[in-house]
Amino acid sequence: MDLNMKVLIVDDFTTMRKLIRNILKQIGFANMIEAENGKAALKVLKKENIDLVLCDWNMPEMPGIDLLKAVRSDDELKDIPFVMVTAEAQKDNIVEAVKAGVTNYVVKPFTAETLIEKLNAIFKG
Amino acid sequence: MKRTYRTLNDCEMQHNAEVGLFTRPSNFIIMEGQTLDVKIINPFINATLNVLETMAFIKSDAQKPYLKKDNVAKGDVSGVVGFTGETNGTVFITFDESCILKIVSNMFGEQINEINDEIKDAVGELTNMISGQARKELEEIGKVFQGAIPSVVSGKNHEIKPLTKGPKIAIPFKTDFGNFTVEVSLESKS
Repeated sequence: MDLNMKVLIVDDFTTMRKLIRNILKQIGFANMIEAENGKAALKVLKKENIDLVLCDWNMPEMPGIDLLKAVRSDDELKDIPFVMVTAEAQKDNIVEAVKAGVTNYVVKPFTAETLIEKLNAIFKG
Repeated sequence: MKRTYRTLNDCEMQHNAEVGLFTRPSNFIIMEGQTLDVKIINPFINATLNVLETMAFIKSDAQKPYLKKDNVAKGDVSGVVGFTGETNGTVFITFDESCILKIVSNMFGEQINEINDEIKDAVGELTNMISGQARKELEEIGKVFQGAIPSVVSGKNHEIKPLTKGPKIAIPFKTDFGNFTVEVSLESKS
């Protein structure tokens, strides 16, 4: 896993952005950008070369699932690994995210180990 | 045939003090003419215990539940979230100052000494996680609910009005660092 990759953390709660940032920092990531909803995240994605998106589902303005669909339908962005980090853990949510092309799914509450495991699984190849 | 119960306080309302879950042969209790489905309440208790232990490494002990008749919060800061589905309801989680300061300090790995915007934001996120976890467990028993985005209220003796009508049950929890209470209000079944 390349620790120099640029990670976009999208969540309307600063608490969760800070928790994820702390975990990523612990494992050596240094380039992290935050956005508080899908709309703000999309702007960042158009401007920066983002290598990984970690995104909440339930957010005002633009929910995570809409951001995922927007990313996957954009030729420039469609290959970016996109991980949903969300309290929405019902089957329909997971199926919808998989259909929309999510790379992995982390259910809140989660431990640092769980998040690291999921990232390792994505980048091991 | 399902049995029903008349009050929360008599012997028919069995409370398992060890795990804090409602255990009885029926899924329903009747309070003041209104019916409350305990199968909907238990997942919120489980979710609360799980979220606080996973995110803040804090163990909580449930105390005896009671019927709450006013809207004055027991704690200093509260998260509120509504849910809709086969019935509508509201969940409140209200924390003592000492309890929430320890929870959020543990979550961030840094000492926080006052209820500030960071604490309020964390209460919102904790409420969001509890709502999500509870709805996941409810789905496993065939009850599908949608959750709203939580809001947070703070201050001494603040009021937390339910977003839905119906009886409100309060489940107090003790931790080594202070107390918190989970309140669940469910619209009555006809």
